[in-house]
Amino acid sequence: MNGALLRDLVPAVIGVLVRRGADFTSAEDAVQDAVVEAVRVWPDDPPRDPKGWLVTVAWHKFLDTARADACRRRREVRLEGEPMPGPVAAVDDTLQLYFLCAHPCLTPASSVALTLRAVGGLTTRQIAQAYLVPEPTMAQRISRAKRTLSGVRFDQPGDVATVLRVLYLVFNEGYSGDVDLAAEAIRLTRHLASMINHAEVGGLLALMLLHHARRPARTGPDGRLVPLAEQDRGRWRSHLIAEGVQVVQAALARDRLGEFQAQAAIAALHADARTVDETDWVQIVEWYDELVRLTDSPVARLNRAVAVGEADGPRAGLAALAELDPALPRHAAVAAYLHERDGDPVAAARLYTEAARSAPSRSERDHLTRQAARLNAPRQT
Amino acid sequence: MAKYLLLKHYRGGPAPAVDCAPMDRWTPDEVDAHMRFMSDFATRLEESGEFVDIQALAPDGTFVRYDGEGRPPVTDGPFVETKDLIAGWYIIDVESWDRAVQLAGELSAAPGPGGKPIYEWLEVRPCYGIPAAVTE
Repeated sequence: MNGALLRDLVPAVIGVLVRRGADFTSAEDAVQDAVVEAVRVWPDDPPRDPKGWLVTVAWHKFLDTARADACRRRREVRLEGEPMPGPVAAVDDTLQLYFLCAHPCLTPASSVALTLRAVGGLTTRQIAQAYLVPEPTMAQRISRAKRTLSGVRFDQPGDVATVLRVLYLVFNEGYSGDVDLAAEAIRLTRHLASMINHAEVGGLLALMLLHHARRPARTGPDGRLVPLAEQDRGRWRSHLIAEGVQVVQAALARDRLGEFQAQAAIAALHADARTVDETDWVQIVEWYDELVRLTDSPVARLNRAVAVGEADGPRAGLAALAELDPALPRHAAVAAYLHERDGDPVAAARLYTEAARSAPSRSERDHLTRQAARLNAPRQT
Repeated sequence: MAKYLLLKHYRGGPAPAVDCAPMDRWTPDEVDAHMRFMSDFATRLEESGEFVDIQALAPDGTFVRYDGEGRPPVTDGPFVETKDLIAGWYIIDVESWDRAVQLAGELSAAPGPGGKPIYEWLEVRPCYGIPAAVTE
């Protein structure tokens, strides 16, 4: 049985239950129970209509729970007395779920967890494994998020930008356990793109595809980080690059530029170069100018300094860097790289060591330590 | 979200704000109140979805060192009381550094003799994260 296919159905089924009168929390719980049942039953007895099967089982689970709860009896009677509504537009319901799970009253971490469960159809255990926390912790995070949402109306129009930020957070977390969060984020963003006509959804989807395409080349066999310039471009997944380029071009053609499209355009220019030397750094700098204009993000300015260093030489890069706050994450790493290119290995080695101390992950720390060691080694002999 | 280690020391760290007597000189009620505070603190972390791990370490233990091929490792015997011992740790998964510091501050206010906060020093250390999918 295809788990992704099953998970694709989850948000629509939750939507149907809510449309029939279930509250979001109960609907979400009932659909989770139905999914667990499906995993058990479907391999031996595949249904002809998987979605219909899930709706029926989830609805019965919901009614069972409501029935068991004496306080809810009156509402149950009311629900059972009502005629079943006819077919509903599942697409709208699903879209509402994306917005609800990314509601501004939730913290980003809660939005991410709830989106993976309610929209993504992952189990609490899978989400807990992916984020390396105990299962009860993740269960608490999800149920708190659902409690926070209990007073929120389901039919409020949502903010696409918030949904995209949540999906990008999922993508950026890397992955562990048996769920690949990057692939999951791509699946959800594709899904969103099929329901909504928005240039930035295309921008984000393209950005994810282009980064995902490079993943096999980003780490060596021993788990080492391989920087972009040293990656074996033969290992990049060309079909994802082709799709990403096509998606970003279609988005850009709509003339509604946003930050994800600008980032995707940069990623596309990297992906387009067959060798490092063929990289079109001049155009990349222009896109970073757009990105800085759109976001005024210090991280975008830092990346721009790297691109300027490649396009106009390390001195120009260092000049761009001098205008930025040295406390920025990875500032020292960029400075180290530019100083080395400028022919100052002593300063570069010192800065690599400094950068390693504040690296956010072990693989990045190890990479930066190795860079420092490489520069220090010849001078020690 | 990011994970942080809250490290409790028996000794070491900056000069104590309050030099209170060791716990075996407290009244049983004071000890109970302290233990209840710790247990409530853990429960609150579980309820807020920020709990990862809590361990209390026994004071026994030893330093171990490789002493060359084919030779047994060198140990320095049981710890003596004057060494800086780690009493235990909490690992939390929280939204920000500020939240980690806030929780450590609350933990430092665990009640001691007379029900007054013990002002214990706690070391707060970020754990390395999962490498981000996008870095270059």
